[in-house]
Amino acid sequence: MKETALHSAHVRSGAKMGEFAGYDMPLYYPDGVIKEHEWVRSNAGIFDVSHMGQFTLKGDGVVAFLERLTPSGFSQKAHGRAQYTVLLNEEGGIIDDLIITRVSDHEFFTVINAGCKEKDIEWIRSQMPDDVRLITHFDRSLIALQGGWSERVLHEVLGVEAHDLPYMHMMKTQAPDGSDMMVSRVGYTGEDGFEISVYNDLAEEVWDKLLDHNVVKPIGLAARDSLRLEMGYALYGHEIDSTTSPVEAGSGWIISKVTKGYFGYERIQKELAEGVSRRLVAIKVLDKGIARDGAEIRSGDDEVIGILTSGGYSPVLQGAIGMGYVPPEFSEPGTKIFVNVRGRNIAAEVTKLPFVPSKVKSIKKKAV
Amino acid sequence: MAEMKYTKDHECVYVDGDVVWVGITDYAREALGDLVYVELPEIGKSLTKGDDFAVVESVKTAAEVYSPVDGDVIEANDNMPDDLELITKPLNDGGWIAKIKMSDTAQLDDLMDESAYKEYVENLD
Repeated sequence: MKETALHSAHVRSGAKMGEFAGYDMPLYYPDGVIKEHEWVRSNAGIFDVSHMGQFTLKGDGVVAFLERLTPSGFSQKAHGRAQYTVLLNEEGGIIDDLIITRVSDHEFFTVINAGCKEKDIEWIRSQMPDDVRLITHFDRSLIALQGGWSERVLHEVLGVEAHDLPYMHMMKTQAPDGSDMMVSRVGYTGEDGFEISVYNDLAEEVWDKLLDHNVVKPIGLAARDSLRLEMGYALYGHEIDSTTSPVEAGSGWIISKVTKGYFGYERIQKELAEGVSRRLVAIKVLDKGIARDGAEIRSGDDEVIGILTSGGYSPVLQGAIGMGYVPPEFSEPGTKIFVNVRGRNIAAEVTKLPFVPSKVKSIKKKAV
Repeated sequence: MAEMKYTKDHECVYVDGDVVWVGITDYAREALGDLVYVELPEIGKSLTKGDDFAVVESVKTAAEVYSPVDGDVIEANDNMPDDLELITKPLNDGGWIAKIKMSDTAQLDDLMDESAYKEYVENLD
């Protein structure tokens, strides 16, 4: 199994390790998932997300290329602006979701899912024009610092002043040894927070320094999943895959109204104009029991109308929540449905996302 | 004299005459992580050794609990779904999930005693 540069740090912290996307990763630490989850919601936590793929696309043709690979517009993006978007296949299905940040006019920094790294890079290279280059950053680690105290921790521990950095923006700064460190105000928890990209040989030093701060605890992948589920963020292989479109997945906001040359354009435009046959919804389980991904979603008349793509326990709501695709007529918040767990129907209802209020900062730059 | 028995699937069993009180071991609990729900069996349910009769749900996963013997469920711990801390207690102090009346007490001989189970767990990792 592959290991990140922080592997021994996790083992030292007593993490329960497990396989994720080919990596031996921390699932949770001795405090346990629920305490970790609550800690991020009230303090700050650090996550090793170095298994994710980091690379740069650069060259004269890079904007046009990104507007072919994704349904989002990049020509107007300011330097430092990060965009959540998807790589689309020729049928308008999702190859992966990713964050693409404009570093300069002709250079973009990208973070992709661990389990999709090889597939994504192979796809991008197969489509890449001569005036674009792809440079992988497998020599870099990625640490997510998430929670309301993150800005203060970042300043106190790493001397990085991010007060004026809006949500979905990146700043280039320096690691303790003076090497390049990229700090992006992004995350997967619904809390304010940052993702910090540093060279592998600096990762453990940065991790340990952050951990020394008294409001910071290490957080495993299990709480990363429960935190993202409370926000209704999609997880590749669950809510989104090569068959689902961003319109079905409720990510219509990433689709540019201007660009026309992206893969899957026809399907996307058809779905925008005529509607979709299924829609991703948030589901709150009303009765006792936990529904997991794969559970059937049934109508009030006990007809199977969909499958849960994610499901689990919400530590904040202290009950079960999930997401799944249903026909549009069942997608209105308040619609009473069932989730079927081991042959038993449990009462549930369609609800609004997020399950728990988001606390991310404004995306707009402050007026000075 | 009551005694404790164990299964390879990490159930623990408190033997009370021809009735067994069944729960899960500390090893199972630690492997599951934070628990969030326990689904109890129906009273009167008839079980064959190896049948699943309850489900222990943690944040991350759902684990079935298997019957160590043939028999009928005569009682389920109704307090447990609302007080999951109970599962950390000894079986005869609230930690049991269900009580099963055995139809063949000789099946107890197939289970491990405490020292055998300890050795079994040590050799697992």
